[in-house]
Amino acid sequence: MDFQPRITAFVCNWCTYTGADLAGTSRLQMAANVRIIRLPCTGRIDHMFIVKAFERGADGVIVSGCHPADCHYTAGNYHARRRFGVFRELMDFMGIDPRRVTFSWVSASEGVKWKDVVNETVARVAELGPFDAYHELAGDTITGGEPAPDPFEAASGAETPDPLEAHEVGR
Amino acid sequence: MKELRDLARKLLADGDAGVVIGWEEGRRGARPAFITTPDDADKLIFDARCVHNLANYLNPRKPQVKALGKPAVVVKGCDAKAVAGLLREAQLTRDRVILIGVRCGGVVQTPEMPAELTEATVATRCYGCDVREPKLVDHLVGDAQPEPPVTAALDRRIAELDALSPQERWQFWTGQLAKCTRCHACRQACPLCHCERCITDKTQPQWIESSSHLRGNFAWHLTRAQHLAGRCVGCGECERACPVGIPLSLINRKLQLVVKDLFDYTVTDDPEVPAPIGAYAVDDRQEFIE
Repeated sequence: MDFQPRITAFVCNWCTYTGADLAGTSRLQMAANVRIIRLPCTGRIDHMFIVKAFERGADGVIVSGCHPADCHYTAGNYHARRRFGVFRELMDFMGIDPRRVTFSWVSASEGVKWKDVVNETVARVAELGPFDAYHELAGDTITGGEPAPDPFEAASGAETPDPLEAHEVGR
Repeated sequence: MKELRDLARKLLADGDAGVVIGWEEGRRGARPAFITTPDDADKLIFDARCVHNLANYLNPRKPQVKALGKPAVVVKGCDAKAVAGLLREAQLTRDRVILIGVRCGGVVQTPEMPAELTEATVATRCYGCDVREPKLVDHLVGDAQPEPPVTAALDRRIAELDALSPQERWQFWTGQLAKCTRCHACRQACPLCHCERCITDKTQPQWIESSSHLRGNFAWHLTRAQHLAGRCVGCGECERACPVGIPLSLINRKLQLVVKDLFDYTVTDDPEVPAPIGAYAVDDRQEFIE
């Protein structure tokens, strides 16, 4: 069976949620892999939401809200833009492929754009495959994987850099 | 040194300060000292081994320091940035603290090392230092110091990591974070981790798993880094406090570079300049948003 990615979407109530609603009532065809979580504003979306989604089995995440200058609360999306600009770089640096997270602006009238965002994200994440690397960090059974290796063994293993050496350089 | 001791003695004798927080000679190199009587002022020292960021003791949630009275703190330029951070975030008011600035020619990596600055011993944070003479001070002591030796080791290491694929970086960081025992020494040592209740201590809902498995460790270190983005002064105390040697300075420095690139912001010792997260500009960059 083909891999069907699980995508969690965090969307703002005023624009993207309404836009997704419009996509539905317009009977637009789109991938059914996305689970939407509605929030008041993109400014309410904490980076921990993305981390938690990955922890609980998501393979990809969509964060979407009002276009700049359209925020119902005037500036929530501006604040979100700053935070996610940084968080995206942080994820990349820590080895989480940033292609797993889509950030977009979708207004209440852009049902078609929402359809495109969903379809593109699902296709991209399907290509990247399941995010087992994250799901199995604690070796539990969200995806039915093998238990993770003993962390202390992993730390001294051959494939990871010598911790002491890294420490010296890291100073 | 005499200038510093005389000043400390005067502040304590006049009753301007209840305690002078500086450095003294310890059994293993320089260590923080709390001087409460004028007679003890001669214990104070300052040299390249005075690594510690004493701004940490100005954290309003450290009652044992508060009990000593109004503090006079000896600060290097980088420490003054942390004080500015506390002022900016309303954790401190300027009249509640006396700042004694010292002209600094760079510090070594750990206080146990001999006070000789070479390219191999100088702390990585001294690279590109722009505050060798702190500005946010009440008193400035010491002679002008020569430039510290240049070491771009940290930026070199970041460039190496950036050149890897996400999978290889993941491999590197899972190896590093697997060592984390979640002792939270990084948080305790940080002068800017001053939340009344840290999110990692909250259990309802529990955003960050407290067990020290990799999943909890990733959540913690991502959050710690994100919460310090644009605020971290790069003093490196978190990494020095880490008992298992996780190179946290790499993450902090990376985010300093990101913030510089995205918002053209560098952490400053001017408390009037707002931090980039919490502020915004209408024309912020948004290439990453579809």
